[in-house]
Amino acid sequence: MTDVMHKPRAVTGRSRPGGGGREPSTAQRPFRALVWALPPVVLLAVFFLYPLALVVQQSFQPDTGGTSLEPYADVFASYAFREALWTTVWLAVAATAGCLVLGFVLALVIAFVPFPGAKAVARFIDVFLSFPSFLITLALLFIYGTVGMANGLWTDATGAAEGPFQFLTTPWGVLLAEITYFTPFVVRPLLAAFSQLDTAQLEAASSLGARAPRIVRRIILPEALPALAAGGSLVLVLCLNEFGIVLFTGAKGVTTLPTLVYGKAMLESDYPGACVVAVVNVLISVGLYGLYRVVSRRAGA
Amino acid sequence: MSATSSGIRFDSVTVAYDGNVVLDTFDLTVEPGEVMALLGPSGSGKTTALRAVAGFVRPASGRVFLGDRDVTDLPPHRRGIGMVVQQYALFPHMRVEENVAFGLRARKVPRAEIRERVAEALDLTGMGAYARRHPRELSGGQQQRVAIARALAIRPGVLLLDEPLSALDAQLRSGMLAELARLHRELPDVSILYVTHDQVEALTLADRIAVMDKARLRACGTPRELYRSPADEFTASFVGGANLLPVTVTAGGVSFAGADVKVDTSSAAPGASAVLCVRPHLVGLGDGPNRLAGTLEEIQWRGSTHRLFVDVGGHRVMADLRELRDPPAHGDEVTLHFAPDDAVLLPAGVDHD
Repeated sequence: MTDVMHKPRAVTGRSRPGGGGREPSTAQRPFRALVWALPPVVLLAVFFLYPLALVVQQSFQPDTGGTSLEPYADVFASYAFREALWTTVWLAVAATAGCLVLGFVLALVIAFVPFPGAKAVARFIDVFLSFPSFLITLALLFIYGTVGMANGLWTDATGAAEGPFQFLTTPWGVLLAEITYFTPFVVRPLLAAFSQLDTAQLEAASSLGARAPRIVRRIILPEALPALAAGGSLVLVLCLNEFGIVLFTGAKGVTTLPTLVYGKAMLESDYPGACVVAVVNVLISVGLYGLYRVVSRRAGA
Repeated sequence: MSATSSGIRFDSVTVAYDGNVVLDTFDLTVEPGEVMALLGPSGSGKTTALRAVAGFVRPASGRVFLGDRDVTDLPPHRRGIGMVVQQYALFPHMRVEENVAFGLRARKVPRAEIRERVAEALDLTGMGAYARRHPRELSGGQQQRVAIARALAIRPGVLLLDEPLSALDAQLRSGMLAELARLHRELPDVSILYVTHDQVEALTLADRIAVMDKARLRACGTPRELYRSPADEFTASFVGGANLLPVTVTAGGVSFAGADVKVDTSSAAPGASAVLCVRPHLVGLGDGPNRLAGTLEEIQWRGSTHRLFVDVGGHRVMADLRELRDPPAHGDEVTLHFAPDDAVLLPAGVDHD
């Protein structure tokens, strides 16, 4: 969703200098530029802006008819919404923190510890980025699910009715799956940043008497901060909008904003309510995306 | 400033990368307080030798000693060495004073003493006024001074300089060369290993020069020894420019391109082939002892000097002359000469392996 949000600016911005460059200083110029800008603007309007506007419009039209803020008042007053908002935010923040820590450690090992297969691992991370998010959740289900391998081994061995691993249907299961799935999104930019790092600096630091932890803390971490900030804000936005992972863990008690939208629209047929939640979700995402742009621009990424 | 004065000793150090030998049974001793230049073309193994001292490469065989301490198996952070590299390698996010304090903090030096020693190291390199700057706000020469201050702040017994002036322009380089010479006078106990491919830096700064080629040590001696009486063709051509003329030894002299040349032949038997080394600036124009006649192939005006390339019996002889008022023209017949004392006879063929 955030990718699409970015498009109007990029496309119109690109078409203007492009059209002007080919026909310098003629009276046709503004007209030609408009012609070039028209198709993308129309496409966007039809396929993106208009539906989005409908969602916003719907959110102001309660089932009782007329236009009012009533759906907003209803949704904001409901316990389910506040619960989902809180769950969404803390899950996203915790998953981001987990991804940053795990991603930093992984990237450090891949980049600086010479082990056979480091390149293969780095390449696998690229492939991992292309996996759908539910796949990793499915894989976790096979292992830690209620009837998964781990619990199966336990029940076979002890004869107990159920195994000890029941965390996958709790928020912790969602958190684990999100960290597992999104960590590569942090590792990737970190590996790029580490490859830019001047090894002479690391050598200078170690010949000045610094051991590995001090080098990591004082030399590598400060230079990796921009990459961490960029990767972290990307993961934060993606986690806020994550739907597949939450759905596939089968955690009934865990409701995030995207699953709340799904529930309201598909199960309760409460379209105005669903639209209100969707609008809130969009605003949070766009706000964070803006923050991400600012951070990554300052980082020069 | 040095806490312990210690020399460096390589004891048949061999370094190989993937079976490729980059340093071959290298033996060298740097005395305490001595400046040793490792001089050689790129790929000659000189930087590898320096990195073996710093601990960044592990010798396949042989030992490295600092003083009487065997450091071959010690990690870099326990060797207590100051190192300065070509690209400065300053920490970009730290101010100058934090850069210089880095090694002291890593060694857990008390806070008050750190401040004192940072100021001392910065004063020593003339960078005291720049303590609060970031590296990117400094010129190349200033950054290199900070890098030197950072290396000296930990009071190392050994200072390793890896092409420290190569990234600077010619004028700055000569200034920094004088600066390094002054530093060495102020820190007489610090042994310095100075890697360079620039013979001027080596001749200016070093107490002794180790000439390296193809992973091996070629020659080692004082700059004067290597310049005045080089042992082989490679050393002769790498330490200062040289005319290397193929000659045949005769009784009481040598024969070059049909001309008799008088030189000291005590080291060679008559009839043997040899190489005569004559420095271009010791060749004179006009008649004189050891007269060589030839055709002027090319003449280069270099401001204060003229360099003449003269074809003598099919061999090219270089002569560096003080700027000529009346330079000969291309194709003119010219006569060159040199004093018998200014030529060195080298054994032939040793370099063509």
